Amino acid sequence: MSTGNTTRSDRAALYGYLVAFDKVDELLVAAAAVRDAGYTRWDAHTPFVIHGLDVAMGVKKTVLPYIVFLAGLTGAAAGILLQWWTNAVDYPFLISGKPLFSLPANIPVAFETTILFAAISALVGMLALNGLPQLSHPLFSNRSFKRVTDDRFFISIEAQDPLFEVAKTRELLESVSDQPVEEIEELS
Amino acid sequence: MSTPVSYLDNTGDDPAVRARLVVGDNDFHSVTNTVCGIVEQPRPPKFWWVAFAASSSLTLVLFACIGYLVTTGIGVWGLQVPVGWGYAIVNFVFWVGIGHAGTLISAILFLLRQRWRTSINRFAEAMTIFAVVCAGIFPGIHVGRIWFAYWLFPIPNQMSMWPNFRSPLLWDVFAVGTYATVSLLFWYMGMIPDLASIRDRATTKLRFYIYGVLSLGWRSSNRHWHRFEFAYLLLASLATPLVLSVHSVVSFDFAVSIMPGWHTTIFPPYFVAGAIFSGFAMVVTLIIPTRKFFGLEEIITARHLENMAKIMLATGMMVGLAYSTEFFVAWYSGNTYEAFTFLNRAFGPYAWAYWTMVTCNVLVPQIFWFRKLRNKTIILWVASILINVGMWFERFVIVVSSLSRDYLPTSWGYYRPTAIDVLTFVGSFGLFFTLFLLFVRFLPMVGMAEVKGVMPQAHLDRPGHRGHGDYHGDIAGVEVV
Repeated sequence: MSTGNTTRSDRAALYGYLVAFDKVDELLVAAAAVRDAGYTRWDAHTPFVIHGLDVAMGVKKTVLPYIVFLAGLTGAAAGILLQWWTNAVDYPFLISGKPLFSLPANIPVAFETTILFAAISALVGMLALNGLPQLSHPLFSNRSFKRVTDDRFFISIEAQDPLFEVAKTRELLESVSDQPVEEIEELS
Repeated sequence: MSTPVSYLDNTGDDPAVRARLVVGDNDFHSVTNTVCGIVEQPRPPKFWWVAFAASSSLTLVLFACIGYLVTTGIGVWGLQVPVGWGYAIVNFVFWVGIGHAGTLISAILFLLRQRWRTSINRFAEAMTIFAVVCAGIFPGIHVGRIWFAYWLFPIPNQMSMWPNFRSPLLWDVFAVGTYATVSLLFWYMGMIPDLASIRDRATTKLRFYIYGVLSLGWRSSNRHWHRFEFAYLLLASLATPLVLSVHSVVSFDFAVSIMPGWHTTIFPPYFVAGAIFSGFAMVVTLIIPTRKFFGLEEIITARHLENMAKIMLATGMMVGLAYSTEFFVAWYSGNTYEAFTFLNRAFGPYAWAYWTMVTCNVLVPQIFWFRKLRNKTIILWVASILINVGMWFERFVIVVSSLSRDYLPTSWGYYRPTAIDVLTFVGSFGLFFTLFLLFVRFLPMVGMAEVKGVMPQAHLDRPGHRGHGDYHGDIAGVEVV
């Protein structure tokens, strides 16, 4: 493990620091400490959702619901337009003298297209906002990080963070965890 | 076995004691080991091969029957005037109904914060998808000329015609199509973190690459989890009205017609209750052997089975209520044809099917009132199979008894399925079980990330904390507003 005296060329290759935790409690305390220190480009990594961690990290609420709402509206409009165009305009279906276009008969299909569009946008929107799929990432080069999908908790702070300083950041992480702070290299 | 029974028993209902959702001496790592271990075995166990041999042979029977149907025509089925709707629609409704329990468990129980759902939701969602696959086959082949199946969809075609959007049969295409898509999205999204678990434990290159691509580079970032949770909540909120709409639309196929016994407003709720009832029965039928053979009893616990028995009891009673309401309305309406149809169901030529249905769907679930009986795995398993049988007969009774004797006695008839009808239906079970066996072999069948979240270790361990999973003012340095 190198200490604070890194040269400039080393720093260019540094992605950030990674530190592990064994318990949920420790992670939450540490996350609050990193948040209060003012860091912005950092993250916590956990095998499952930990309630309270969003607040401890200061994560802002996602815009996903608005995307899904708009997609739902689009779906409803598409469903109505499809039925109006096909059955009332392009090929008028006259059945039992009923009006060519009447909303009640078109509700079930419009409802289904609303749900369909909204659901697809929920998954695609979530992935897009998260920047996934991203099959390769600097963190994957760390061996102990493999346990993040099993039973370990991690905090990583990126070297790109405006507040990042090799010595100070390491000190902060060392103060919140009793486990070694590891350097993660940028992908070459 | 040296383990005392009480060790695995979490079925107590003392309200002062929070029942554990994962029993035994488990931590996060042991849950990962148990679930991933099934996928990571170099070879599937022997019983898997036996089951797979049987189910894939039945699948071949299904394909052979479809081949015969397509090359010969629907004369190979027992359809005759007046019964022009037979096994195909009965099987379609049966299979779509089975799927409903999966969505109920994954979406509705999620919104209702029923945390016990976490152990079984992946499994039930998989069952939903496979059941919908089986259901989708029947409308596709039911006219025998599968090359016209695209007429189901609003696609510009050489006749310059569009499908009729006032027909519930077309609503069905949209409802079931949306249902299949949304179920698949929901299932896959929930699986991403667990696929990443398998990726991170991979010992072979092949496994690493396959699960690596499938998990999309998931790195368990909390910023990602935040959006993931939102997407999950949104999908659950969308799937809830969707699942209620699907079987309602299926029931419109009948209710919108003028057939006595079909033309009733009770159909949508009645169909939805029946669908959930049959779906839970199928979950129980599948999960009891699976948890036993793969050693998942500490994760899919006795309490999970008991809860499902209670839901079957509730939905079974709803179905029973619907059966009696139909009779009441038939009498109260004063409509001769309606009254005749229901007397004919109970005492006519299909009385045997009607009473099989009542016995299996209304009487059998009554045993779940008794704690001793519902907690006996073998009794629960046999009861669940009987309920599946009963629910198939429910659809048979609805379809066939109404069609075979409608308004004009001169046009009455008696419907008899042919061997091809029966083999096609049995073959669809082969397809269902084949897909299911592939799922338990290659994909994580328990949602590990969700199960870990409801384990006591996931919560703060300090005196005075009530363990509800929130941290309001509980931890120094974390300000929760």
